Amino acid sequence: MSPISQIGEIFPVLVQGLNTTILILITSAFFSFLVAFIAGFGRLSKNIILRKCTGFFVEIFRGTSLIIQLFWFFYALPILFGIDLGSEFWACVIAISMNYGAYMSETVRGSILSVSHGQTEAAIALNMSRFQRMKIVILPQAIRMMLPEFGNYLIQMLKATSLISLVGLADIVYKGQLYTNTNLSATPTVYLLILVFYFMIALPLIGLTKWAEKQSSKGVASQ
Amino acid sequence: MAEPVVKYKNVTKSFGEVDVLKGINLDIAPAEKIALIGPSGSGKTTIIRLLMTLEEPTSGIIEVNSQNLWQMEKKGKMVRANEKHLRQIRGDIGMVFQHFNLFPHMTILENCMTGPIHVKGQSKEEARKNAIEMLEKVGLGDKVDNFPNQLSGGQKQRVAMARALVMRPKVMLFDEVTSALDPELVGEVLEVIREIAKEGEMAMILVTHEMDFARDVADRIIFLEDGVISEQGTPEEVLGNTKSERLQKFLSRFRS
Ligand SMILES: Nc1ncnc2c1ncn2[C@@H]1O[C@H](COP(=O)(O)OP(=O)(O)O)[C@@H](O)[C@H]1O
Ligand SMILES: [Mg+2]
Repeated sequence: MSPISQIGEIFPVLVQGLNTTILILITSAFFSFLVAFIAGFGRLSKNIILRKCTGFFVEIFRGTSLIIQLFWFFYALPILFGIDLGSEFWACVIAISMNYGAYMSETVRGSILSVSHGQTEAAIALNMSRFQRMKIVILPQAIRMMLPEFGNYLIQMLKATSLISLVGLADIVYKGQLYTNTNLSATPTVYLLILVFYFMIALPLIGLTKWAEKQSSKGVASQ
Repeated sequence: MAEPVVKYKNVTKSFGEVDVLKGINLDIAPAEKIALIGPSGSGKTTIIRLLMTLEEPTSGIIEVNSQNLWQMEKKGKMVRANEKHLRQIRGDIGMVFQHFNLFPHMTILENCMTGPIHVKGQSKEEARKNAIEMLEKVGLGDKVDNFPNQLSGGQKQRVAMARALVMRPKVMLFDEVTSALDPELVGEVLEVIREIAKEGEMAMILVTHEMDFARDVADRIIFLEDGVISEQGTPEEVLGNTKSERLQKFLSRFRS
């Protein structure tokens, strides 16, 4: 088979997996942000128990590898505790969200802390409540600082989604490998195309990160 | 004399081992203009930060409109004030900072609207109208849609004043508001303060090293030294012919 017709045959196969990859990425990205903000605020809490517990959670998920966490949610939890997360899709989403959320919570926490204390003082002088200070003055500036790092994490997250093929989710990599099982000679073309696919998805994310970097340099009073 | 709007009763403040304020007693009459002078590190900033609730006193009582600022009654006992109590009282206090502390993510106009809208519950239209009026008054009517980083230091400080003034405080605190400015920009800021002071009804505490300005604006000048008020009186009494050698020595540094 000529390389061109090979590509014509492999392309649709990989496109089948594209859905899963993108869906996992978007869902995990959403929940990672959620986890990041909850854990980030938890680590800034005045309540020491809450602070320590969130700190513990963050270190566990940062200190162990995503692939092991994936196996835990997939194989170990159901057997040990009878916890079945319902679907393979959600098991993957939870593992990725917890892992990346833990990393990103550090970004949330660090950004909030790096908004100059003078900003809080000016907000107090206007008699804003604690909640208003956070919502109106601190967070809008902190989020500008978070954006570029979030963009980088998003790109890493995309690459990490390929791990889900190891637990049998039919993403791009999984589809590609399945194809090579029966068409051994096509292996180089398959992996080349997989590379191209990931790069195409990453491109807009890279653009987004560049844009975020520009944004973050504006409108922030940092310490 | 009218009931003081602010009273410091034997107020002390320590940071760890360091006693910064050692028993401050001070009554501020409504509309009174006070200039607070003294060497660097004598505790001037700390005095006004206690009133703005940015620091908590170590002992003593601060009253605003005869209400205890830092303590509240709970089940018949006086306990440490919570956030709600502080919010009820500090609405009468406003502050302008040495480094402006404008909100960099908001336009000049938004900087001056956010307090009235979110804290005083004004409508957007009302807040906008008042903010524009105030910005015109400080000479920045043509900059309302600019962001803080597009302004000079003197302009920033005038915005900071407008932002504080639209809250209509009874007492306004100025912490060396010209110290961070280039010398040629000091005049425009002092001019605005003079204008505000003339209007009258607001009490002002001005921490400053500008002695001529203090003489013009202040009803009373207070000389702070090592955390105690060591001299006070009218500008003539304090700046004119004081008997205190230390005050004379301090003042001589400002005569060129
Ligand atoms: N947050 C703080 N922690 C520790 N020491 C402080 C703090 N704020 C002020 N001080 C100390 O208190 C003293 C008085 O400070 P300040 O009120 O700023 O004086 P001034 O405004 O007259 O220069 C200084 O010695 C300063 O180092
Ligand atoms: Mg000072």
